[in-house]
Amino acid sequence: MKDLIGLEHLSGAQIEHILETARPMKSLFTRSIKKVPVLRGKTVALVFFEASTRTRSSFELAAKRLSADTLNLAMSTSSVTKGESLLDTMKTFEAMKVDFMVLRHSSSGATELVGRDTKAHVINAGDGSHEHPTQGLLDIFTILEKKKRVDGLNVVIVGDILHSRVARSNFWGLAKLGAHITVCGPATLIPKGIEDVFGRKVRVCYKMEEALKDADVINVLRLQRERQEGDFFPSLREYTELYGLNSERLRLAKPDCLVLHPGPMNRGIEISSEVADGPRSMILEQVTNGIAIRMAVLYLFSGPNGFPANISAAKKGKKSLLEIGN
Amino acid sequence: MTANNKSNTKSTETLLIRGGRVVDPGNQRDAEMDVLIEGETISRVAKTIPAPAGGRVLEAKGLVVMPGLVDMHVHLREPGHEGAETIESGTRAAAAGGVTSVVSMPNTNPPIDNVSGIRFILRRAAETGLVRVWPTGCITRQRAGDGLAEIGAMVKAGCVAITDDGDSVSKTRLLRRAMEYAKVFDLLVIEHSEDKSLKGDGVMNEGALATRLGYRGIPKQVESIAVARNIALAELTGARMHLAHISTRDSVDLIRAAKKRGVPVTAETTPHHFSLTEEAVVTYGSNAKMNPPLGSANDRDALLKGLADGTIDAIATDHAPHTRAAKEQEFSIAPFGVVGLETLLPLTITQLIEPGLLTWSDAVKRLCLNPAKILNLPVGTLSEGAPADVVLVDPSEERQMSSFSSKSQNSPFLGWTLRGFSQAVIVGGRVVIRREALKTV
Repeated sequence: MKDLIGLEHLSGAQIEHILETARPMKSLFTRSIKKVPVLRGKTVALVFFEASTRTRSSFELAAKRLSADTLNLAMSTSSVTKGESLLDTMKTFEAMKVDFMVLRHSSSGATELVGRDTKAHVINAGDGSHEHPTQGLLDIFTILEKKKRVDGLNVVIVGDILHSRVARSNFWGLAKLGAHITVCGPATLIPKGIEDVFGRKVRVCYKMEEALKDADVINVLRLQRERQEGDFFPSLREYTELYGLNSERLRLAKPDCLVLHPGPMNRGIEISSEVADGPRSMILEQVTNGIAIRMAVLYLFSGPNGFPANISAAKKGKKSLLEIGN
Repeated sequence: MTANNKSNTKSTETLLIRGGRVVDPGNQRDAEMDVLIEGETISRVAKTIPAPAGGRVLEAKGLVVMPGLVDMHVHLREPGHEGAETIESGTRAAAAGGVTSVVSMPNTNPPIDNVSGIRFILRRAAETGLVRVWPTGCITRQRAGDGLAEIGAMVKAGCVAITDDGDSVSKTRLLRRAMEYAKVFDLLVIEHSEDKSLKGDGVMNEGALATRLGYRGIPKQVESIAVARNIALAELTGARMHLAHISTRDSVDLIRAAKKRGVPVTAETTPHHFSLTEEAVVTYGSNAKMNPPLGSANDRDALLKGLADGTIDAIATDHAPHTRAAKEQEFSIAPFGVVGLETLLPLTITQLIEPGLLTWSDAVKRLCLNPAKILNLPVGTLSEGAPADVVLVDPSEERQMSSFSSKSQNSPFLGWTLRGFSQAVIVGGRVVIRREALKTV
């Protein structure tokens, strides 16, 4: 597998392998020297056609901690639509002989389109409403770290599912690892046919109180304020009243329920400050884990044939990363 | 293949098409017969016709001899988008596909909304066209949806129908007026049935697949709401309404019920809608992006049934050329539309005739006779005295679709192996395309 387009295309074993690989990566962070030389001499281009602070810097740090060189390209979509096509832009980077293209784009399917046409490894850092696989992986990594399992957990994803690539990557990953998935939000923001798309039944709930019952994990999505203008809901106030996660609602979930949010948060809208800063909140842990996951992804995809489909064969004969680091 | 592009020279030749299976539902013919063409018209169709002295003979043994196809929905892109198609290249693609009459859509740049526009199309067709071009004009000025275009004047200049195709006329009162007005000229109104506000920024059929791919969905009601309105207006005004590129089960049901009530509506569907479902988006990307979008298997079944029982009168391509640069973009940005002129005949043969959904005679009705009747065109039959527009088809010839004569190649069927291609195409008595294998005497 050359590119990471989405968790849809990974097997459960491949996902687990990435998660396992991220663990030693994370343990590097507590060392005084946080760098290993496994990607020395490789170049990672960060090509972002949409504004992003955390995903871009997370990928950049991940690449640097693996000793890769990074190339930062913030493409303003407006200048691109004026002239060069996406494929031409990407071919230009290919001609610069970069090894990785980490791509963020507002159009669903953009990474696949680019991946088909380039030799570099294309890593999807979010394409339209399609997938954001490293976010899905880091969410699952965070769950796994705290809960020691994913299989059988009740995971509730709240908010704008329709436009969310984070939600779709979560669905694929969680379904493959055996979690029970519930989505909750206004009917206008729940896409059609969602129940049967992700290989495992997704439960749709329009009432928070119902959705949160017995929840082990709540993943709160960011609400794009522009959605109000698309007539998806009448006002932010009403959205908060119906779907905002506050401590009172959190009490409906299991007492050890984790709260995730991909950030950036709208405090007081989809999540109250009390919950965001409370003991159940994994929000900052997610940020730390994101770097480890992205290191694992860059490392595992860096071979000449990319990420192997047959994990057990691939594991054999490979030195542990920490050994390499020493 | 040889192509003769001198369309401005009139044929004075005599040509006998001998021993083919003549399928001509306009005259209830489906039998082995000879067809004699003298000059520009068909002069005789009979069991055996002696070879005329000094004339040519085309041996059609084993071939189907049918009227040239009449494609009532074609975007020739000239003027304004000549990079994608011109009248010359579009009619060349038509001839390659056995289409001898194309009805051109007026959503060019500038749109064809006045007499000079109609004259421009007719003049360019006369200068460069390989087959007949029948222009349509806009319903509204500038195709802007406000105010009637000069419909009467365009009719006088040769406009065969009016439509704002590419868009529906969203102001219902304006469309009502247009229909009442058109009725005086017995002029057909063609509607692109779409509720634009419901469609929003949708790019493919709404449902599980769009949810999975993260593409904005277009619910099937975008079409059926508009179809219901358009039928109601045909009922209100008594004017003839033709519904373009019908794609959903709900629309087929509405049309069937309307016809039962005697409402003057007719309908067409396209080869891509009756051959493919939305799953094609996964395989073919933006070459499977069109408007209306490909539907579910349930929709496709309804289209096949509607074609079989006559609810859908005509097969039209909605041939919509786009440059490679335009289509090689992100799916949500790439324009809607696919080319279709060169796959119309083989898809009809393999998807409809071979499985037994349509007889040859019924297929020729949908491809030739009905569109000509709906538009009052003097073509679509092999009647004695009719224009000699004839195609000779080998139903068993297989070809891999490696490229098209059209300037644009945006088709999901590129690379497919299809069956049933024309061997000779005759327009007004002139052989414009002839495969070398075809024997002449």
